[in-house]
Amino acid sequence: MAKRIDVSGLHVYYGDFLAVEDVSMTIEPRSVTAFIGSSGCGKSTFLRTLNRMHEVTPGARAEGKVLLDDLDIYGREVDPVMVRSEIGMVFQKANPFPTMSIYDNVIAGARLNNKRMSKSEADGLVEESLRGANLWEEVKDRLHKPGSGLSGGQQQRLCIARATAVKPSVLLMDEPCSALDPISTLAIEDLIHKLKEDYTIVIVTHNMQQAARVSDRTAFFNLSAPGKPGKLIEMGETNQIFTRPEKKETENYITGRFG
Amino acid sequence: MSMTTTQPPAPDAGSPENDLRSGALPHRFPLVLLVACGMVVAGVLAAFSSFGIVLWALLTAVSYVVIVVTASARIEGGRKAKDRLVTSLVYSAFLLAMAPLVSLLYTVVGYGLARFDGYFLTVSMNGVLPSMDAGGVYHAIVGTLAITGMATLISVPIGVLTAVYLVEYAQGRLKKVITFFVDVMTGIPSIVAGLFVVALWMMLFGPGNTNGAAGAISLAVLMIPVVVRSSEEMLRLVPRDLREASYALGVPKWRTITKVVLPTSAAGLTTGIMLAIARVIGETAPLVLTAGSSAVSINWNLFDGQMMSLPVFIYSQFRMGGAVNYERAWAAALTLVLTVMLLFVLARVIGRLFAPKTR
Repeated sequence: MAKRIDVSGLHVYYGDFLAVEDVSMTIEPRSVTAFIGSSGCGKSTFLRTLNRMHEVTPGARAEGKVLLDDLDIYGREVDPVMVRSEIGMVFQKANPFPTMSIYDNVIAGARLNNKRMSKSEADGLVEESLRGANLWEEVKDRLHKPGSGLSGGQQQRLCIARATAVKPSVLLMDEPCSALDPISTLAIEDLIHKLKEDYTIVIVTHNMQQAARVSDRTAFFNLSAPGKPGKLIEMGETNQIFTRPEKKETENYITGRFG
Repeated sequence: MSMTTTQPPAPDAGSPENDLRSGALPHRFPLVLLVACGMVVAGVLAAFSSFGIVLWALLTAVSYVVIVVTASARIEGGRKAKDRLVTSLVYSAFLLAMAPLVSLLYTVVGYGLARFDGYFLTVSMNGVLPSMDAGGVYHAIVGTLAITGMATLISVPIGVLTAVYLVEYAQGRLKKVITFFVDVMTGIPSIVAGLFVVALWMMLFGPGNTNGAAGAISLAVLMIPVVVRSSEEMLRLVPRDLREASYALGVPKWRTITKVVLPTSAAGLTTGIMLAIARVIGETAPLVLTAGSSAVSINWNLFDGQMMSLPVFIYSQFRMGGAVNYERAWAAALTLVLTVMLLFVLARVIGRLFAPKTR
């Protein structure tokens, strides 16, 4: 199920502005890869190019290669809609659909695409996804209540359940805990540990402790100067990045000397 | 850090710079004062035997404001006195704005009730001479419902789809051009819209062919820009997050629009459409030109013959000038006002029905 992502020579532009320059990296399957770096260094932008979400922003485009196992997702015949059903995404702000119940939110991926599904199949998928997101016990008695009535942390786990219900092979998370309290953050981090058995997970975070806690590998992004494009500075085992970084810039960032 | 905490010296309660308290007028003071002012002013005016509702309201308001601000400045200080002054002014402005509306409703109900009954609502003017004490408005209700209904059927799809295009797809020059022309359309005088359709009908069907459909199209011309504008605002209110959440599930753009964006904004869209209907339901000029002003019998067919409508009925009855005609005009005006109010209530109910729920 989980797939490897190979990025080579990727540039991301907003119109004429080069936002991220020449990124090459390998993201291993069944592991958690964290992107760290200061605000505006392009890590979220880069994350969004991994499932072609950046194309939603007018003027944004990417050049280079992103291989999902062996398939180039920027290939001529590849449909971005299909890419996104294979590479799911969880956003900074929990965004359950306000018109839908908890139940309908979970199976939104199927419902919105008019997939035919029997009642028992749908029930099974909802329970499986909610259990997978550690949310089942909390909501099983109120499945048909609106999703927006849940707490922030529960909403974020609902969004994770919704993302996993379409059975992607990769899950991209864009600062999924930045709006949550420590308890809810812990719940999401536990969930990430569990999810990495089945998925390739990429997480953008501002919280270095979080990167250290949840990830196997860490990539550090930085800008050479304000207004210059963001770059991948260094990538390696999380342990190594946080204890023996190879680049001076990385060390400065993780020790809090700047950023 | 030592565990013992030393109590800071208690602030001198008497010293003015440490005292956070200030004088306060009693809670009920403004209300009591207002009633008192009203009674005193009424008494004084009665004594001079020159009581008039406008003069009374004006003097009451002025005396109330003067007393409350002076008292507040003395007891509560300058900032609160200003607050009381501005509060009074805001309330006065509100009452001033309400006055014409209340007066209008009072007049319409007062004059309209004379003839407003089941008979009036259920018979037409067929075979009724203008001066006879008979006849009703049923044919005009039918015409208004048919014409406005068809205008709505024409303008809602065009308007909402234009708004979807503007918000979800359009970029650059074309977007600016369309927005500009929608704005221009908003400003078209209604009689010009009527003339336009008359000319169009003349070209298509030859002279003398007035019917309800022509009226519906002239109303649609007026309604489309209103629907576009309000729908555009409503669609813009749908957070980008929701669209991205849908895309991230592998849902194509058109399904995202039909199944996420439109349902999320359904309440607002409905309210906007209802307001647009209310805006055109009282249009008179284009209907006189297009649907005719002399129909007296019930006509459900938009494509055949003249069609009466409530505003045109009011206009033509009023122009005849007899006492019974005035009564009919006012009763029809009451019918029209009630119809519009019903639409607003309906808009609220539907809006609440569609609104995203949180519990």
